[in-house]
Amino acid sequence: MAEQDSLITEEMQATIGVESEPWTLEIDKTSVRMFARSVGYTDPVFYDEEEAKRAGYRNLPAPAGYLGTPIFNPNRASEARGSRPNPEPSRPLKRMLNGGTDVEYTGQICAGDILTATNHVSAIEERQGRLGEMLITTSKTVYKNETGETVAIVTGTGIRY
Amino acid sequence: MSTTWDAVSEGMEIPTLAKNCNTQQLVHWAAASGDFYQIHYDHNFAKATGLENIIVHGALKHAFLGQLLHDWIGNEGSIKKVGCSYRGMDFPDQDIQCKGIVTRKYEENGEKLVDLEIWTENPQGQRTSPGVATVQLP
Repeated sequence: MAEQDSLITEEMQATIGVESEPWTLEIDKTSVRMFARSVGYTDPVFYDEEEAKRAGYRNLPAPAGYLGTPIFNPNRASEARGSRPNPEPSRPLKRMLNGGTDVEYTGQICAGDILTATNHVSAIEERQGRLGEMLITTSKTVYKNETGETVAIVTGTGIRY
Repeated sequence: MSTTWDAVSEGMEIPTLAKNCNTQQLVHWAAASGDFYQIHYDHNFAKATGLENIIVHGALKHAFLGQLLHDWIGNEGSIKKVGCSYRGMDFPDQDIQCKGIVTRKYEENGEKLVDLEIWTENPQGQRTSPGVATVQLP
């Protein structure tokens, strides 16, 4: 069987390293509580401001994995996360899976903070795996608070197959 | 309830966090995280994509590992890094054991740090979300 062409088009290659427009995320008390509850946290610091302050936080701390809620704009829904629609691979891939998440925290994040994020695709690879032909995209998102301090860097891996 | 750096030794296991998500928890998570992909709550949709059942969000398992670390270190320490890859699917109403082992204890830039191997484990004993973490301890 002849070897197939790469799934990765030139247009896709060209997106590597291109920084997105920034987008804004709010860390608010209700969202912190909702996130903590959905995970199953029982520590009151995520629910009660007084408890949080007694424990040394400025306000309810953001649980690991919570990096704010993007501000929804019904007229710009596709831009809600700052990213342009990704170009399609040379052959259609219908399904997607989350491959992994790595978060590095460099500052404290609490309710009341407003974060600004930008992201870029850092790598695109193709692989034959147990799911067949797979396209693996790694992206990096940097979150800064209002003082400009970087508070978190997230590396995410998406798999299309 | 705070763990201190002095009390930690390499090779020690941290207390297991036991999870078992029902579909309601997955809907809670969808709303909290903003991930509304239907394979996590719509059985027909999940089957149509070739899955045998609804699957637990990968990012929720990542968040479980965050809770595993938080519950161990308390509020005087902090999580510096937490990451995992999603190697296997987990399903609603099945046990997910979140576990960790200390792999390294060291000081860097004046901070007392601990590296861990962390993972979620399914009822068959498979590590469905293996990863690593770094925490700072008092």
